[in-house]
Amino acid sequence: MISVKNLKKSFDNNPILKGISCDFEKGKTSLIIGQTGSGKTVFLKCLLGLHKYEEGEIIFDNNNLESMNDLEKMTLKSNIGTVFQGSALFDSMNIEENVMFPLKMFKEMPFDEMQDRVNIVLKRVELLNSNKKMPSEASGGMQKRVAIARAIVNEPKYLFCDEPNSGLDPKTAIVIDNLINEITQEQNITTIINSHDMNSVMEIGEKIVFLKNGNLEWVGSKKDIFKTKNKAVTDFVYSSELYKKVRKMYLKS
Amino acid sequence: MTFLHNIGLYIIMLQKMFQKPTKWKVMKELILKDTEDTVINSLGIISFVSFFIGGVITIQLALSTTGSFYPNYLVGYATRETIILEFAPTIISIIMAGKVGSFITSSIGSMRVTEQIDALEVMGINSINYLIFPKVIALLLYPFLISIAMFLGILGGMGACVYGGYSTMSDFIEGIQTDFIPFHMIYAFIKTFVFAFILATVPSFHGYYMKGGALEVGKASTTSFIWTCVTIIIFNFLITQMLLG
Ligand SMILES: Nc1ncnc2c1ncn2[C@@H]1O[C@H](COP(=O)(O)OP(=O)(O)O)[C@@H](O)[C@H]1O
Ligand SMILES: [Mg+2]
Repeated sequence: MISVKNLKKSFDNNPILKGISCDFEKGKTSLIIGQTGSGKTVFLKCLLGLHKYEEGEIIFDNNNLESMNDLEKMTLKSNIGTVFQGSALFDSMNIEENVMFPLKMFKEMPFDEMQDRVNIVLKRVELLNSNKKMPSEASGGMQKRVAIARAIVNEPKYLFCDEPNSGLDPKTAIVIDNLINEITQEQNITTIINSHDMNSVMEIGEKIVFLKNGNLEWVGSKKDIFKTKNKAVTDFVYSSELYKKVRKMYLKS
Repeated sequence: MTFLHNIGLYIIMLQKMFQKPTKWKVMKELILKDTEDTVINSLGIISFVSFFIGGVITIQLALSTTGSFYPNYLVGYATRETIILEFAPTIISIIMAGKVGSFITSSIGSMRVTEQIDALEVMGINSINYLIFPKVIALLLYPFLISIAMFLGILGGMGACVYGGYSTMSDFIEGIQTDFIPFHMIYAFIKTFVFAFILATVPSFHGYYMKGGALEVGKASTTSFIWTCVTIIIFNFLITQMLLG
């Protein structure tokens, strides 16, 4: 479980996160949604230690990020898998080398064993017979699968995904969302997904955290989202005609 | 203010480069790859440029030193001095700032904008050591490249001089051997090592700390080229003043 308490972060005196408190449970996918620029990426990067925050606490299973020494931070990092918005695959390496990279860097295991482990995760993300392709030769959906494979190859306790389905067609987007959700449940990972996509919300939104202008505006599940009276949420979620209709029908039934 | 800030950032970057080193097994591969990208792949252009500019330098020296007033060996002597002291170490380094420097900036810069550097950092890898240290080590082979430039520059000069009929082979070779000061060679290679370090680190700095997207990668390469040249020229002046002045 990850607990965030009163997290504040600003850039050049311009507040981006204005005191966010939230818990993210184990074995569950939590979605952070909000408009572009609402601070989702900044929030994730604070959790990842890529941004320094001014105030607040981030607690990974009873371990406070602030009070960790370098060794504990290294251990924590080896327990985190990350899928970046643009996949962030190393473009000088082929797909197999990308997935093997964390093993090569941090595990002392024979090459054959690494190879086996890579093939297992590539199979899990349903990516077969593409081991030797370069990232530039792979489609957007394939790149996302590779990024997920690379994130889970070390069997992390925590998985962070920044807009994993952005730039994908709706069908592939849902497949990717479900893939992350299934892996989360199978391996009992604490997963956080950033998204602005309503399809993800409807598909895997067991827990939804809505950010607006750097504040935590609303927390709930996809069922709550149909009933909520919170104007900011309804404005964001039901911005399209289609979702307005869906909501009407849902409330009628 | 930003200038001082950047100098500070550059020094911190150099410090971080030696901290928390990457596994040797991985580092070895990175060094080999960077050696190929920076040194080996520059052999062609450097050989081409040295040979022909060597020729041109000699022709111009020959044309401006005609007449019985000058000794016959002068052309060979002047060619050697020009190429060893200035052309090979400095001018070739400026060319390398364009070729290797912009390659380094754009490759590290594009890793920055596509979050590949963030990906390294979240895995707990010291990305500065991972990306920049192997380039510094690879460019330790740079003096080898400069030796080739010196050799081919003088060879080109000799070719142009003898086949152009400006002087005889024996006069030219006599010139090359006249008044040779070994310290000039040491001076040239001290410069070369300093320039190699600049060539590896200044473009890396511009790539590593860039912000923005693909367009900015292009801009960063241009800025990086300018600053690499400026730094090389300033250090050229300082080293020359210190060692020969
Ligand atoms: N490194 C940075 N420096 C300054 N401002 C930043 C930086 N990163 C993000 N911001 C600002 O923070 C705000 C939130 O950005 P972000 O978290 O990327 O939004 P999103 O919800 O779309 O992921 C934006 O206004 C952005 O301009
Ligand atoms: Mg974002």
